[in-house]
Amino acid sequence: MPVISYIQAVTQALKEEMTRDEKVFILGEDVGVRGGVFRATDGLYEQFGEARVLDTPLAESAIAGVGIGAAMYGMRPVAEMQFADFIMPAVNQIISEAAKIRYRSNNDWNCPITIRAPYGGGVHGALYHSQSVEAVFANQPGLKIVMPSTPYDVKGLLKAAIRDNDPVLFFEHKRAYRLIKGEVPEGDYTLPIGKADVKREGSDITVITYGLCVHFALQAAEKLATEGINAHILDLRTVYPLDKESIIEAASKTGKVLLITEDNKEGSIIGEVAAIISENCLFDLDAPIKRLAGPDVPSMPYAPTMEKEFMINPDKVEKAMRDLAEF
Amino acid sequence: MALEKILMPQLGESVTEGTVSNWLVQEGDHVNKYDPIAEVMTDKVNAEVPSSFTGVIKELVADEGQTIEVGELMCYIEVEGSKGEEAEVISQSQDQQEVRSDAQQDQSMKSRYSPAVMRLAQENSIDLSQVSGSGRGGRITRKDIEQIIQTGQIPNVKEEQVATSPEQKEAEYTPPTIKRKFVQADPGDKEIPVTGIRKTIAQNMVRSKTEIPHAWMMIEVDVTNLVKYRDSEKSKFKENEGYNLSYFAFFLNAVAKALKKFPQLNSSWAGDKIIQRKEINLSIAVAHEQELFVPVIKSVDEKSIKGIAKEIHTLSKKARNGNLTPQDMEGGTFTVNNTGSFGSVQSMGVINYPQAAILQVESIVKRPVIINDMFAARDMVNLCLSLDHRVLDGVICGQFMSHIKGILESISSDTTPIY
Repeated sequence: MPVISYIQAVTQALKEEMTRDEKVFILGEDVGVRGGVFRATDGLYEQFGEARVLDTPLAESAIAGVGIGAAMYGMRPVAEMQFADFIMPAVNQIISEAAKIRYRSNNDWNCPITIRAPYGGGVHGALYHSQSVEAVFANQPGLKIVMPSTPYDVKGLLKAAIRDNDPVLFFEHKRAYRLIKGEVPEGDYTLPIGKADVKREGSDITVITYGLCVHFALQAAEKLATEGINAHILDLRTVYPLDKESIIEAASKTGKVLLITEDNKEGSIIGEVAAIISENCLFDLDAPIKRLAGPDVPSMPYAPTMEKEFMINPDKVEKAMRDLAEF
Repeated sequence: MALEKILMPQLGESVTEGTVSNWLVQEGDHVNKYDPIAEVMTDKVNAEVPSSFTGVIKELVADEGQTIEVGELMCYIEVEGSKGEEAEVISQSQDQQEVRSDAQQDQSMKSRYSPAVMRLAQENSIDLSQVSGSGRGGRITRKDIEQIIQTGQIPNVKEEQVATSPEQKEAEYTPPTIKRKFVQADPGDKEIPVTGIRKTIAQNMVRSKTEIPHAWMMIEVDVTNLVKYRDSEKSKFKENEGYNLSYFAFFLNAVAKALKKFPQLNSSWAGDKIIQRKEINLSIAVAHEQELFVPVIKSVDEKSIKGIAKEIHTLSKKARNGNLTPQDMEGGTFTVNNTGSFGSVQSMGVINYPQAAILQVESIVKRPVIINDMFAARDMVNLCLSLDHRVLDGVICGQFMSHIKGILESISSDTTPIY
């Protein structure tokens, strides 16, 4: 099986879906001739032409609105927000239109749009190029939010998102783009949206996280395994709606749960995960549910030392995991 | 190699000094960090002082029994390793030891049970008090319980109760201990260090009042005859002997006679038995400045009034001069306390542990008393008895007190010669 990078998995999925279904098209800033600022749509303009790979003005509300209209009309648009930070002008379109059209129209209309956006810090991007925005959308029934951690999951889930008959926000960690590589089958496959995935089996503590933090947890787990601490790691993959069954199962397995997100702590996705666990697993819990998250400050700092302080890293994860194991 | 000092640690809030009661190491001994090196006694706690380093004890500076201030040098220790990488390795391993020994000592989480542990213990009838925890602070983890269930070695709740119940029936009641509240001095207050003798008094009093169930009774005695008799003799006595003929000597004489008749009061509670003493040795309370001494007059029943008066005189003088020897204070079987010397007319004595009773002799006061339907001015005295109700009951003590009353009220040169 070939080993490819996280971003190559994005490109591969897009290419295969555009080949498979001619209703699939791409729109966004610099996605065409330039091939995307991260090169995620590299080569697609050349292969599929300007009619299916649309360079748009710098107007995120329009990107989302055009995409939503096309989707409602039967197309399968894949809209790209150049950075997740830029999604804010499109929030009205996404929440008030895309998320609600099926419900509002009594099932007459639906909106099969996929909106891709690179999120996350650790790339010296500071305020406008580092945000985690998933929590903004995570209480909007009608939306799905997918945040994969591995190239294999990226390809399978992006394909599933494009084929989904309702709007899907597909957030890709920009630091993972070239940092994370993995085996990805060449052929066609999809992975179920709304299903979490056990990335590591263990019996001492449970770590539940998503995105880049999955890799930090896996690294820390390998180190802790040499000390006899075996971590069970659940990758949420879809952060909205959450896979309650898998969360309950993973939390109950060890009774000691560490939740990790790169987002600001208060009001983040993992707060909801903690609520699910405390509603369902009280008599299996052996320790307080612990959260490791970014600090509650307005944005990612630019100064490298400060950014390092903000970001989750393997050392922080290892410390939190050991602390919980010893409890 | 570096020579390090081990200093007297702060062993409690407001503790300023400690007495090295026992060295647990000798010069040349190798000790690990946190190994106990000495037992130290302060007015708050008795504690072991842990070594601050790993190394070889070089010189014990403080002597056993010596009291030194907090922060003062106790001993020198030669610490292994030098600076640089080696030292770092050692300090790392010391860190680990620190963590480990912390984990061993700290049992603060021992009886904090998580929901998972509670449920598993209930479902499997596990007695959690018998399970040792591997978690932080001795906490019993879910894994600990799961392991117990897996191995099948379950400390069962019911069996345990059956096994211990007969023992529990026989066990003596131990009162719950309550920690003393921390009392702080306000600005301007004077802090008086507690001396050894004060500490001993405090310990004995607490022991007596917490262990012995005290009961009290009081009788009043007409000692008009005694007063007359003593008044007629006292000048001559002083002239001949050089010391006072005190009332107290007559009371001790009467008590000794009564104890001879009622030996039940001359005894001690010994848990599974009562020990009745053959000797009648009376402890007498003698106050001196801030301190209270309880010297003993031995075989009082064999002594004349003069002999008793002489011993009272000698022992009081010794107490005042601080010359009392331990032998002077040993062997008391019953205590008589001359509270009347301060003008007291009624008091409740604390029994002098492990004796069974204490008699308080109050002030002799002239009072109107009705005799044959007529008022008379009589010299009256109250005698107050505190008794160990485990050993004694009201009947026997009442008889004892009546007997003393009888002796005292019939005192005259015929019944009670001075020589």
